[in-house]
Amino acid sequence: MENNDFLTDWGISLMVFLPLAGALIMMLLPKAEEAAHKVVAVGASLASAAVGIALLADFDYDNAEKLQFVVDRSWIDVISSRYLVGIDGLSVPLIALTLLITPLVIIYSWNHFPAPHNPKAFLILILVLHTGMLGTFVAQDLILFFVFFEVVLLPMYFMIGVWGGEQRQYAAIKFFLYTLFGSALMIVSFLAVFFVTGGDSFSMVELARGVAERNAAGDLAMSTQVLIFGGMFMGFGIKVPMFPFHTWLPDAHTQAPTQGSVILAAVLLKLGTYGFIRVALPILPEAAVEWAPYIGLLAVIGIIYGALGCLAQTDMKRLIAFSSVAHMGFVMLGIATLTDFGLNAAVFGMVAHGLITGMLFFVAGSIKERFHTLEIKRLGGLLLQAPKLGWILGFTTMASLGLPGLAGFWGEFPAILSAYNPGADLSEELFRVYMVVAAIGTVLAAGYLLWLFQRTAFGTPNDEFADEHIHDVHGSEWLAWLPMLLLVLVLGVYPDLIFQVTDPAMDALGHTFATLGD
Amino acid sequence: MDDLLLNQFLLLGAVLFCLGVYGVLVRRNAVLVLMSIELILNAVNINLIAFGAWRGDVAGSVFALFVIAIAAAEVGVGLAIVLLIYRNRRSVDLDDIAELKG
Amino acid sequence: MLDIAWVIPLIPAASFFLILLFGKRMPFKGAEIGIFALGLCFAMAVVTNVQWFQRVDDAEHAAHATSGAEATDEHAASDAATTEHATESHADAEGDEATESPSSAAEEHDEGGAAAEGGAAVEESHAGDDAHESDGGEDDHAEAGGAGGGHTEFEVEPVRESITWWSSGGIDFSVGMLLDGPAVMMLFVVTLISLLVHIYSTDYVGGDRRYTHYFAFLSLFSASMLGLIMSENTLQLLTCWELVGLCSFALIGHWWEEKPNSDAALKAFITNRVGDVGLICGVIVLFFGAGQTFDIVTINEMAVSGEISHLVLLVGACSLLAAVMSKSGQFILHTWLPDAMAGPTPVSALIHAATMVVAGIFMVGRLYPVFFQGLSIGVSGVNLLAVIGGVTVIGGAGLAFVQTDIKKVLAYSTVSQLGYMAMALGVGAWTAAFFHLFTHAMFKAGLFLGSGSVAHSVHSFDMKEHMGGMKRFMPKTYWTFVISTGALIGLFPLACFWSKDEILAGAEQLGTGYTAFLVVGLIGAFMTAAYMTRCVYLTFHGEPRGHAADAAHPPHESGPRIVVPLYILSGMAVLAGFTNLPNTGALDFVPDSWALRFEHFYEPKGEYFPSVLDTFSHPEFNIGIAIGSTIIGLLGIGLAAAWYFRGLGPHGLTERNKVARAGHRVLVEKYYLDRLYTDIIVGAVKGPIAKAAYWFNQKGIDGVINGAGTAAVRGGQFVYDKIDQGVVDTIVNGSGAAAEGSGQGLRQMQTGRVQQYAALLFAGAAILAGIFIIVI
Repeated sequence: MENNDFLTDWGISLMVFLPLAGALIMMLLPKAEEAAHKVVAVGASLASAAVGIALLADFDYDNAEKLQFVVDRSWIDVISSRYLVGIDGLSVPLIALTLLITPLVIIYSWNHFPAPHNPKAFLILILVLHTGMLGTFVAQDLILFFVFFEVVLLPMYFMIGVWGGEQRQYAAIKFFLYTLFGSALMIVSFLAVFFVTGGDSFSMVELARGVAERNAAGDLAMSTQVLIFGGMFMGFGIKVPMFPFHTWLPDAHTQAPTQGSVILAAVLLKLGTYGFIRVALPILPEAAVEWAPYIGLLAVIGIIYGALGCLAQTDMKRLIAFSSVAHMGFVMLGIATLTDFGLNAAVFGMVAHGLITGMLFFVAGSIKERFHTLEIKRLGGLLLQAPKLGWILGFTTMASLGLPGLAGFWGEFPAILSAYNPGADLSEELFRVYMVVAAIGTVLAAGYLLWLFQRTAFGTPNDEFADEHIHDVHGSEWLAWLPMLLLVLVLGVYPDLIFQVTDPAMDALGHTFATLGD
Repeated sequence: MDDLLLNQFLLLGAVLFCLGVYGVLVRRNAVLVLMSIELILNAVNINLIAFGAWRGDVAGSVFALFVIAIAAAEVGVGLAIVLLIYRNRRSVDLDDIAELKG
Repeated sequence: MLDIAWVIPLIPAASFFLILLFGKRMPFKGAEIGIFALGLCFAMAVVTNVQWFQRVDDAEHAAHATSGAEATDEHAASDAATTEHATESHADAEGDEATESPSSAAEEHDEGGAAAEGGAAVEESHAGDDAHESDGGEDDHAEAGGAGGGHTEFEVEPVRESITWWSSGGIDFSVGMLLDGPAVMMLFVVTLISLLVHIYSTDYVGGDRRYTHYFAFLSLFSASMLGLIMSENTLQLLTCWELVGLCSFALIGHWWEEKPNSDAALKAFITNRVGDVGLICGVIVLFFGAGQTFDIVTINEMAVSGEISHLVLLVGACSLLAAVMSKSGQFILHTWLPDAMAGPTPVSALIHAATMVVAGIFMVGRLYPVFFQGLSIGVSGVNLLAVIGGVTVIGGAGLAFVQTDIKKVLAYSTVSQLGYMAMALGVGAWTAAFFHLFTHAMFKAGLFLGSGSVAHSVHSFDMKEHMGGMKRFMPKTYWTFVISTGALIGLFPLACFWSKDEILAGAEQLGTGYTAFLVVGLIGAFMTAAYMTRCVYLTFHGEPRGHAADAAHPPHESGPRIVVPLYILSGMAVLAGFTNLPNTGALDFVPDSWALRFEHFYEPKGEYFPSVLDTFSHPEFNIGIAIGSTIIGLLGIGLAAAWYFRGLGPHGLTERNKVARAGHRVLVEKYYLDRLYTDIIVGAVKGPIAKAAYWFNQKGIDGVINGAGTAAVRGGQFVYDKIDQGVVDTIVNGSGAAAEGSGQGLRQMQTGRVQQYAALLFAGAAILAGIFIIVI
């Protein structure tokens, strides 16, 4: 099993850094060689995906709660930070999502480069992003995690700031500063955890154990934990984004190029929720219990508020961006219940939202390319002019509003279900109220999405576009979209594909909370 | 030497010193100022010798000798400067001389 | 066949994808795939029904074989049930007696079968009930229920198949099939009507711009509906529930180029979503109430046996009611249903009359123990379900009077009839509700298809503008329409006579507060008769108007693909009522093997259905009510006929009388409910509320953020201007200035005069000496 040894030792690192290697190669190539750049970019992302698939194939799904393919090497000895990576049932779906989305985005880019063109820089940024995202999902050391978490920021900043819309500068700065602000608090919390546990290790597992031991010994004040959790909450909550820290999102999405929006929606937002489940909850479970009612409250406010925000939009892309706020509210509600059931729902919700909202942004991008506007008022009759595109939009809106049988439902419904019976002695009455509010949120979701669909796809084309020939879906678009559309359907019909992977891992975490009082 | 005698010497020294100070501050002729300085020095010499005699110690007389020697040298240099000033300005009036102002 | 009935929904599901993928390349544009799939389904459904009958009969015979010998003993035992020792005597052989003792009651019916005796049994069981409550006996439910109902003498195991769908949090969720009486009945109804609608549609929407998509969605709809009725658990039910909603959306909005159509589609979907909030909450409440399971049989069994607390059941039932109100068009969430007539007529027949809209009713029937126990049907005075049903009966019928669109008349009629079903369930008459569902599906589909046939010929649905006198152009359509109308009105011996009667008998039987529903039912019957007469008159009689009078294109009878389904459905409208002939009271001549077949085969029999409870009862045929309702129906027809055919009565009343005008206006405005929803609620949410939220977002939160940004920039400016450029620099410059100033000061002293220096020297020395002296 030599092959497997190689995979065990190098698999993760290879997967994470292959895109970066691709980016380095591209830096050496002259700017004019566009075709070469595209090939290298696709090649690097596919190579990374291939390694990833090999890893996922070799993953031991029966023990999905265990960290696998662990690599532990010394890195920054001075601060006891190590190069510690590994994957478990929580990482697997998100890694798979990332490995899928990035190549698709690159393929979609093939002839869709936004102004000012420059494929070299654009693709390099995507590849660097790719490394950052994958790294975040495999890092098991807080400093390493933080580094990858921040690596993601810059490429996205440039992507928005250079290839973005009219107000790109404002949006990019807002995105950058907002997230950085959260990160600053987050790193303080990381350091605080490090020091209160004795300053031996940044390994997440070790830290969790350290906190638990000090809790058992009773020499870690609750208020300290709550404060530390607060720092992480700001860091991750802004990234999610949770109400009321969401305002960077609509601007960033609206201004970002299509590819940026897709990556942002599909993967970047998941870094926040992933952080909650991977870092905040396991390390500080007791503080999480204190925070959970407030997180739940912000989550349901986000659900309703995001939906209302959507109804007020006149721009399609901005509407989709606001819908992200609502959908991530469901994810956060699932997390706030602190039950294995809710956490499973949250992970499913992340993947589903990634696929569906990513898809919505793709479609919006293609509409913008064809009509040069995303103003809902000016659109209409898409089903007549580009029926396939219209059907895809319809399919995706249906998925997004949580129609059973499509992926969106399995993020929403179980999250609502879990709120009926929250874990860790949380107030049932409170969470049942959340449950009802969240359920009402589904009505509003249907409202704004169908309204969007009606206004853009139904009816007849606006006079200004009536005579224009609108090209239906291109080859590269099909190539990029089909896998996502199929996955939305397959996951909707057979949700166990994800649940069976995440369940063992979330079961372990849920168990932590179930036994907290004992 | 008893204390009374010492007092008389010290009084003499003080009077001489005061005369010297008066001369330095008031006289405008550089030569006279030099002479007044000599008076001050000699007042000091008297003090030195008087105290030396009072204590039965020669150190005071030795110091006085040093002072006399140095005063002689000083007067030599001083008179030379005065002479040069006179040559340049045809005057040794100290009120006219403000070269030290720099 | 019963074991593999789960493939039935999969066939149209496959057909959906096949039509989407290959439909356009097929010679008949995909219609043949759909028809073939539904034909297959129908055949399988028929076979399933036959085998199910077999199963029921086998179970009955088996029960008889074991109990026959002990029949007389058991009779004694059922008397003994009133004594305090009942619990003890039942404790050892609970299962046996639960099935056996009712059979003795059944045999009493066999022998004499008089209603009086049944009634006596009811009284007896009620008397017994009081006694049992004191000693807490549970196991006498079955027996006493049997005595009261008289027909649940044996259990029929439902056919169940399931596989694990997904699992989370240590709980397995399955997907599967629960095949029992109601499911089998619905299989027949859905596949039959769907098949007929498919055939009808090939003509009706022939040459349509989206012919293939139309058939694809018909297939998907059939698949979802079949999946819904065979759902093994509530989650699956919820899934299929939403899918039928999707199909309804797609088909209502079939001609989405016109905004009213897409508006109607949106309205339907969103109104149903509002109800779905209730469904989601109800399903969740029951999930936890029943110990974390979605399984319908488990939930029902636990509800029947009282293992789920009454509060949970009440909350669950009320939540689910919201879903029933939206899906089954009950007041006040019915408003989408008439608008849904924007879809093609066959769709209206299939979805918005015969099948999908009864999903809510079906769901109540499916989870009947939850409602029965939760709403205390049969025990309490008046319950919510019956009230909603009653209001809907009258409210819907009232609106049907003022419609000019023939389909809207039928739509409101559907609303009203669904109200009957809900009311029946509310008064505890489960079988009556499902029987009515069955008969209604047949004649209402017939009516819709008939109206479509007319509209196909005159290209309009407006009765006042473009119809009239159609009888002479379309005799076949006319007669089928009239038969179906007669069935709807409830004329003897057509379908609705039997089913509506059973509902009224059910309302009457519960007594006290429920008598009101008997009255409501009778008023409803009167109104139904009147508005249907109006509809028939305006459409088929009088002088042709508008398109109907167009001499260049005179109306013509529709082709065979339209007429044949009409024949079949009107035939069913005649025959369907005979499936549940009562054989008590005035009708005791009906042979036993003919009587109450519907109830016999289709009512669930087992621990998961409240018929085992002693509060559950089957309405007895009541000749008085039957005659009364017939007279009332005839009266309605008579009055309406006098008004329209003969022109009698105070015509123009609405112009002259203020009250009448106001009433008319309220009806035309649909009780202002649409105004409330569309203008006030939706308008407010979409307009001011959403705008306010967005304003808050932009000015409030983003204001804070931007404010923070601006403040940071301002702060930086301040620090630079005032502190950096002010304080720090001042200190640096100041120290320079101070050095300069002090130099200036000292310069004054440097006169260059030696004497002055000396004076200072001496002054200094003197001062020092003075200090020296003082200190020493």
